[in-house]
Amino acid sequence: MNRQLDIEMATELRFFGKMTASISHEIKNVMAIINESAGLLEDYSLMAEKGMPIDPVRLKVVSERVAKQIQRADGITKNLNNLAHSVDEFKKSVGLRETLELALGLAQRLADMRSVTLELQPPSDFPNVITSPFHLQNLIWHVLDFAMDASGEGKTVGLTLETGPESVEIRFTGLEGLTNLWETAFPTKKEAVLMEMLGATIHRDMNAREIHLVLPRDVQQQLTDSQSITENSD
Amino acid sequence: MRILLVDDEQELVETLAERLKIRGIEACWATTGDAAMDFLEDENFDLAVLDVKLPGISGIELHKKMKTKCPDLKFIFMTGHGSQDDYAAGTAQTGEDYYLLKPVNIDQLMDKMTKLLSR
Repeated sequence: MNRQLDIEMATELRFFGKMTASISHEIKNVMAIINESAGLLEDYSLMAEKGMPIDPVRLKVVSERVAKQIQRADGITKNLNNLAHSVDEFKKSVGLRETLELALGLAQRLADMRSVTLELQPPSDFPNVITSPFHLQNLIWHVLDFAMDASGEGKTVGLTLETGPESVEIRFTGLEGLTNLWETAFPTKKEAVLMEMLGATIHRDMNAREIHLVLPRDVQQQLTDSQSITENSD
Repeated sequence: MRILLVDDEQELVETLAERLKIRGIEACWATTGDAAMDFLEDENFDLAVLDVKLPGISGIELHKKMKTKCPDLKFIFMTGHGSQDDYAAGTAQTGEDYYLLKPVNIDQLMDKMTKLLSR
């Protein structure tokens, strides 16, 4: 039990650390662009002081660049804020659209570093599930991390949803390299711990080159049902 | 002086290139390791400024490839990593004179470039 708790805590902290490190790196890049833009404006003003004409179009380009980076920073901090608040409640109703958008937002820079494209393929319906928002983000990240490695030559990971009466499937598609990687690499104990907490399962579809993450629509209901099955079988 | 700026943030290298141009330095830019290597096929540079983290390849690995292609090329590395440990690890690999933290101070960059090319 202690070992299980250790794995849980280490997995949670590692995820939080990985995401915040990536976010801080991205914020640094935004600041670097704003810093150079401010410097360029200063250069222009010095040139103007020396009587050199400055084309207003050049000023407009810099101004638009700064505005774009402010918008980008706004998106990054919103993601950070959503991640931070995902630990507020252990169990709540969460929208899968927001969950998947946040997951992709958090993973974007790490995907860029691996030259992998992430695509959310919107289904007709984005249902809500009752679950632990933080642990769900954590598990989605683990699957995404593996899926990016398994994306093969295509270098694109798609995400889509299939909704059933009792469960929801998040499908990670386009995994051309799945065959070679799957057997030994995934899921590990870390994912198993998260799956247990969320009442989730992970399946692979080798023909379609997909991984399916199956979540109960209500984690508490799922865990209660499995407990009563275990008790009955005892 | 001709320099090549390599960073996956296009707006950063574009702006930096313009600021260097104002200071009389001809600067080209690339956002991937492959694009940087393509530049070396056709053009000559005195110095390359490389981001430590690039998509698909690290700045340190790219440095090795570029150095093999152009043995006389000099290098400065820049990084967004903020911690002292990261900085210490980076400078241990490259030497402190060749390492810059983002956001880059243009005077510091100019100073390092001048020192490096005068050696």
